[in-house]
Amino acid sequence: MHADSVSRRAVLKSLSLGVVAGSVLRVIPLQAAESAHTMIEAEKTATGAYTPKFFSAADYRTLQSLCDTIFPADADSGGAVDAGAPEFIDLITSENTGYQAQLGPGIPWLNTTCTGRYGKAYLDCTAQQQTEILDRIAWRKNATGDPSLVSAVDSFALLRNMTADGFFTSKIGIKYLGYKGNTYLTEFPGCPPVPGI
Amino acid sequence: MFEVTPRRKVYDVCIIGSGAGGGTAAKVLTEGGLSVVMIEAGPRLDPERDFKEHVWPYQLPHRGAGIGGLGKNFGEFLAPNGFWEIDGEPYTTAPGSSFRWFRSRIEGGRTNHWGRIALRFGPADFRPHSTDGMGDDWPITYDELAPYYDKVESYIGVFGTKENVPNAPDGVFLPPPKARCTETIVKKACDQLHITCIPSRLAILTKPLNGRDACHYCAQCGRGCRSASNFSSSQVMIPPAAATGRFTMIANAMARELILGDSGKVEAISYVDKATKSEQRIYAKAVIVAASACESARLLLNSRSASFPNGIANSSGVVGRYLTDSVGSDLAGYFPQLQNFPAHNHDGVGGMHMYMPWWLFGKQNEFLRGYHIEFGGGRDMPGVGNFDRVCEEHEGYGVSLKQKCRSSYGTVIGFSGRGEMIPNPNCYCDIDPAVKDQWGIPVLRFHWQWAENELKMAAHMQTTFRSIIEAGGGTVIAGTRRHPRIESDAAPPSNAPPQNPGVHIAQGGEIIHELGTVRMGNDPKTSALNSNCQAHDVKNLFVADAAPFVSNPDKNPTLSIMALSWRTSEYLLDQAKKREL
Repeated sequence: MHADSVSRRAVLKSLSLGVVAGSVLRVIPLQAAESAHTMIEAEKTATGAYTPKFFSAADYRTLQSLCDTIFPADADSGGAVDAGAPEFIDLITSENTGYQAQLGPGIPWLNTTCTGRYGKAYLDCTAQQQTEILDRIAWRKNATGDPSLVSAVDSFALLRNMTADGFFTSKIGIKYLGYKGNTYLTEFPGCPPVPGI
Repeated sequence: MFEVTPRRKVYDVCIIGSGAGGGTAAKVLTEGGLSVVMIEAGPRLDPERDFKEHVWPYQLPHRGAGIGGLGKNFGEFLAPNGFWEIDGEPYTTAPGSSFRWFRSRIEGGRTNHWGRIALRFGPADFRPHSTDGMGDDWPITYDELAPYYDKVESYIGVFGTKENVPNAPDGVFLPPPKARCTETIVKKACDQLHITCIPSRLAILTKPLNGRDACHYCAQCGRGCRSASNFSSSQVMIPPAAATGRFTMIANAMARELILGDSGKVEAISYVDKATKSEQRIYAKAVIVAASACESARLLLNSRSASFPNGIANSSGVVGRYLTDSVGSDLAGYFPQLQNFPAHNHDGVGGMHMYMPWWLFGKQNEFLRGYHIEFGGGRDMPGVGNFDRVCEEHEGYGVSLKQKCRSSYGTVIGFSGRGEMIPNPNCYCDIDPAVKDQWGIPVLRFHWQWAENELKMAAHMQTTFRSIIEAGGGTVIAGTRRHPRIESDAAPPSNAPPQNPGVHIAQGGEIIHELGTVRMGNDPKTSALNSNCQAHDVKNLFVADAAPFVSNPDKNPTLSIMALSWRTSEYLLDQAKKREL
């Protein structure tokens, strides 16, 4: 029987029957637990447009662009925006003053610097201009020679970490890595044989 | 006209706390025929509602990191609930001390998410003073507790193997799971170094047992298990107690005070009903305090009367003293050969399949006592914080960073040492004279100072981890897995200054093995409890968590809490039969 063919009502019924039948332990039969899990996923409704909690609408668009630049789509998978990283970053940042202090000034700095250099906000710059500016803040060594870059480099470093969090905890990120678990096995097979190890 | 006072209900036993010790006592006492009321400071647990088993990170808005991100809580996947900070329930630390007190306010307490590491203490662990002159001996021996280890293991289910390792006794074991790739590599390295590396001993079912299904190998024990294939008090101890019909649970009830009756026994338990914030009382012929070591000490210290101005059952003055935690130190290594393994299911049980028991027992070492090593890593379910290191090493952005993250995924193994701390006079808790919690109950104040032996042990752990990593073909990674973002997170878990610069040692309380605060002993002048965990001063008062422990061996305390609680409960049953209560 495929798990999907079991309705939530049927599972809940079997759960309550387990209790009525006098199981001494507070245990949900494995099959019912497995089905309940499948349904959590099936019932998850598509989320609508996300309203940022921390970033302004304009900064959030820039955040989305930055996320996709940090982890872009390629032949193997979608990118960080497909993975929902900006929503995750905005939510966590809205709750954490430490992140706010480190991440918050990053996008205004980017826009101010781009306007000073190229006469345009970051998003309106050409791809080449964007690369030029990001290459200054994507490496710590750049800040050792130029203290004015320290805060922007810190901000970008945290954004990079959080984009990785958002990307690799997404469905597409997990698939990209090749994680194979979170299943129900009757036996654990152990380590597959690899010659020379 | 006259008033009729309703006859108040008097239970046989009131148990305070529903964790490992309280749950065990509830099962043994109710099955032995006594009526039991249990009060629990948190809510009831409903596995169907509360467990996040099999949920993917992307099904949660915080991706498992919890509100505010890492370091702010214990993560949102974890079985409810607990953390070092609880809103409205503070504790304080004395000047110059740092200590973190983990508490879990939920039916089952910390057993809902514990590591399931189920190690027996060894014969020498009960005789530390006789062995090396430090600390004190227990009033009981290993042989006296061994039958209760047997009972606990046979009931809850523990996997492991018979190994005859000195001072790490074998138990009643289910078969262990097969080794993961990471464990195969570490085992080889340990063999080269003559470090004992054997299947671990965890309270997880590899075969069906006592009505519970076998493990399905999703590695998520910490989230709670709907099929109860691992041990928790809430799913394995409380339900059989409830099934006797002699068990009552009062949830959301914060114990305030034990009230001494005219007979010199505890007459009533006063608690705060959290829902109504009202003061309530329960009456029982005997009381078992099992609120967790420090919470139990707090309750005794806060129960003052003319007979016991320093707290009930504390004529010795030892309540709150002899506080210890495990010595903890961590180090991670990068193992490039793990890149060559094909994508495969690495999950296994929730925890290590192998571990290193103390392999230098009886040898001349530069410190006393010993430690065991836990380790983990590899192709685990990706989580928040997992890619900090590679991002920081690689820097930049774009497809090459993405590919670097993928190629390094699953190549890190983290090692954690858990060692024995010897009680010292600078480590204790007492009642803060000024601070109260939101229920108006005076809070604990912690005093803490690692001694030289612990610092030496932690340094030895680091040296050992390094040699294992290098023997296994890996390279050491700076930083620890426990606090992966401590460098970049603007708010580290504690504002306390580092007390032991240069030594990688966890803060007191961070390993969550705090114990010893209501210790047992044969001499009423130097101990609060007798060899049956019964108060010397108050005959119907018992303690059944880790507070009675006289020492804190390198074996995680939960299994011993249950064995000791089982023994205490059988003694109490016997006393009840003899009408001694």
